[in-house]
Amino acid sequence: MSQSTVSILVVDDEFSVRDSLTSWFKKDGYEVLAVESAAAALRALEARKYAVGVFDIKMPGIDGIELQERVHHLDPQMPVIMLTAFASVETAVRALKQGAFDYVTKPIDPDELSHLVRRALEQQRLRDENRQLRSTIDELTGADEAIVGDSPAMQRLQQLIRSVAKTEATVLIRGESGTGKELVARAIHAQSARRYFPLIPVNCGSLPEDLLESELFGHEKGAFTGARQRRKGRLEMADGGTLFLDEVGTIPRKMQVDLLRVLETHEFTRVGASRPSRSDFRVVCATNDDLRRAVAEGRFREDFLYRIDVFPIEVPPLRDRREDIPLLVRHFVDQFAMRMQKPVTEIAPEVMVMLQALDWPGNVRELSNTIERAMVVCRPPVLRGEDLALLRHAGGVAPAEPPRDSLAAVERRHVAAMLERTGWNITRAAELLEVDRVTVYNKIKKYGLAQK
Amino acid sequence: MASLQLVPIFCGQQAGLVAPLGARLAALLGLEVVVHEATFDAEVAFDVDRGQYNTRVLLARLLQHADPKAPRLLGLTAVDLFIPVLTFVFGEAELGGRAAIVSTFRLENELYGLPPDPALCFERLVKESVHELGHLFGLVHCQRSSCVMASSNYVEGIDLKAASYCDRCLGQVRRQLGGR
Ligand SMILES: Nc1ncnc2c1ncn2[C@@H]1O[C@H](COP(=O)(O)OP(=O)(O)O)[C@@H](O)[C@H]1O
Ligand SMILES: [Zn+2]
Ligand SMILES: [Zn+2]
Repeated sequence: MSQSTVSILVVDDEFSVRDSLTSWFKKDGYEVLAVESAAAALRALEARKYAVGVFDIKMPGIDGIELQERVHHLDPQMPVIMLTAFASVETAVRALKQGAFDYVTKPIDPDELSHLVRRALEQQRLRDENRQLRSTIDELTGADEAIVGDSPAMQRLQQLIRSVAKTEATVLIRGESGTGKELVARAIHAQSARRYFPLIPVNCGSLPEDLLESELFGHEKGAFTGARQRRKGRLEMADGGTLFLDEVGTIPRKMQVDLLRVLETHEFTRVGASRPSRSDFRVVCATNDDLRRAVAEGRFREDFLYRIDVFPIEVPPLRDRREDIPLLVRHFVDQFAMRMQKPVTEIAPEVMVMLQALDWPGNVRELSNTIERAMVVCRPPVLRGEDLALLRHAGGVAPAEPPRDSLAAVERRHVAAMLERTGWNITRAAELLEVDRVTVYNKIKKYGLAQK
Repeated sequence: MASLQLVPIFCGQQAGLVAPLGARLAALLGLEVVVHEATFDAEVAFDVDRGQYNTRVLLARLLQHADPKAPRLLGLTAVDLFIPVLTFVFGEAELGGRAAIVSTFRLENELYGLPPDPALCFERLVKESVHELGHLFGLVHCQRSSCVMASSNYVEGIDLKAASYCDRCLGQVRRQLGGR
C-alpha cells in the first residue's frame, strides 16, 4: 500500500525472526526483503541497493560478521544493524570495529529497534547523494502540518520558524491561547534535523505537582512496590527529538529548580535509579503568560526564564491578522467537509464578512470550533451566514463585568477569595478549587484578577 | 454493512471489556460487531521460556478457525503478547490481512506501579484496537503524532495520540470500507 521505496534487507536463518521482522517493518512503511542465508543476501545485493541491512550474527555457512564485511566492500554507505544473542556481544563489538552501524541483543525492545532503524536512515540520508531516496526517507519519517495564513505577520513567523529550526536553540513561543503555538512548535520540530525522532509534549499545567517528577523522569522496575515494569518519562521519550513544554508558566517553582538542572546537563535520574540517565533533546516552550511579570510577582524563577528565553517567537492574536481569516475558514470548511462527509464546497460571501468582523478572543481554535458547529447545521453545498446564526455570542467584545448574581460573578468572587486565602499560591488554590493550575491562570486572566 | 468478529481469548478479569469495546468500535468505525468465542486452544501459542504468548501463532489459529465469511477478526486477550525477536507487543495485525489481536496486559497502570485507572486502560485498548484494524485496512504507521496510526512502542506513547484516524488515514479506511 505504501508508495515508499525505503528498503530493508533482513538476513536470518531462523524463519520466525524473518517472519516477525518482515511484518514489523512493513507496518512502518518499509519495503522488506528477508532471506535465510548470507549467500542469498549477496545475490540480492547484486540486483539492487538496500537502505539498511539487519543481519543475524550466528548463521551456518557465511556468518553475519563475514557478510557484513563483504557488504561493507560492496556498498560502504549501507548501514548494517547486527542482531546478536546475549552470548555473542563480544563478536558484535568486533563487527562495530569493522564498520557495522550498531548491534542489538535479541529479543529487542521495540522502541530500541525503532530508534536504531531511524538513526540508520538518518545517517543514510545525510550520506546519500540520491535525491529520490532522500525524499522518500523524509516522507516516511516526518509529517508537517500546514500553518495556514499569508498575512505579513504569518510570513514573518514562517521565516522565523525556518531559521530557528536549523539551530539547536531553545525556543520560547509566546501568544494568546488558541493562536497556534503548538502548531508552531511542531513546525520547528518537523523542519529540524531532529524530525526522525518524536516531539514529546508535556502539558505542564494539567499534571498534578506530585506526579510531575515521575511523569518527566520515569521510574525503574521495582522502584517501589508494584512497579513491575519500567516507566518511561517524557525526557527519555524525547531522546533524539524535541521536548515541548506547553504552558511553561505553570511549572511549580520547586520543579523549575530540578528542570533547570536537567536542561543544562541533559541528565536526570529516574525514580529508583542509582545512576543518572542522559537524553538528547531540544527544548521548545510555549506560554500565554507574561513571564517577566510572573518573575516580578514571584511566581516564576528568573534563572529558569533566562534559560528558556533564548529565542522568543511571538504568535500574533487572530484579531491582529484578520486578512488570514478567509484562508483559515476555507481550510477548516474543507477539513470538516471531509470528516463529516458533507460535500460543502461553497462559502457565501457574507460568511467571510461576518467572521472577519469578530474579535476572536479564543483565536484560531475558536474560529475552528465555530466553523465546526456551522458545518453541523449547514445544508450542502453552501455554507451560509444563517448557519452562523447560532453563534451570535462567539467572539465579539471583551467580557464586561458580569452581573452581580450571575454564575460568572460568583465564580469570580470565589476564585479571588481562594487566591487571597492561599496568598496567591496557585497550586494550593487549584487544589481548593479542584481544578488544574492552567484553569486557575485562565480564570485570573478572564476576570482580570490581581494580587493586592 | 461491513462487519467485524470480536474473539475473546483468555480475557480473564477483563472479560467485561468485550461488550463495551465492541460497542465503541461499532460507533467509531461504522462496523457491525459480533462477538464470537474462540473455538481453538490458545495455549499452543504459549512460550514456556518467555512466559508470553506468540501472536504469530495466535493470528494463524484465529484465521484457521474463523468463520470463512467473517471479513475481519479481532482477538482480545489479557495475556502478555510477543513476536519472536521483540520483547513484547501490545497487539498485532497482518498488513492488509483479515486477523488482528490486542492485549490489555501492558495497558494497565498497575503493571507500572501506578494507581489503577480502568477508564484509561479502556481508552488505550480502544486506541490499540482501532490501530490494529487500521493495519487490516492496509494502513502503515502515520507520522502525525495525534493520529491513531502513529506507532507506539511504549504505553505512554499511546496516551499521546487520539482514538481516531487523521484525515489522510481516514480517507484510506473509507475507501477500504467501500465509501460509507
Ligand atoms: N495558522 C493555522 N493554520 C491552521 N490551523 C491552525 C492555525 N493556528 C491554529 N490552528 C489550529 O487551531 C487549534 C489551536 O492551535 P494550538 O496550536 O493548539 O494553539 P495554542 O497552542 O496556541 O493554544 C489547533 O487545532 C490548530 O491546528
Ligand atoms: Zn502498528
Ligand atoms: Zn494518520
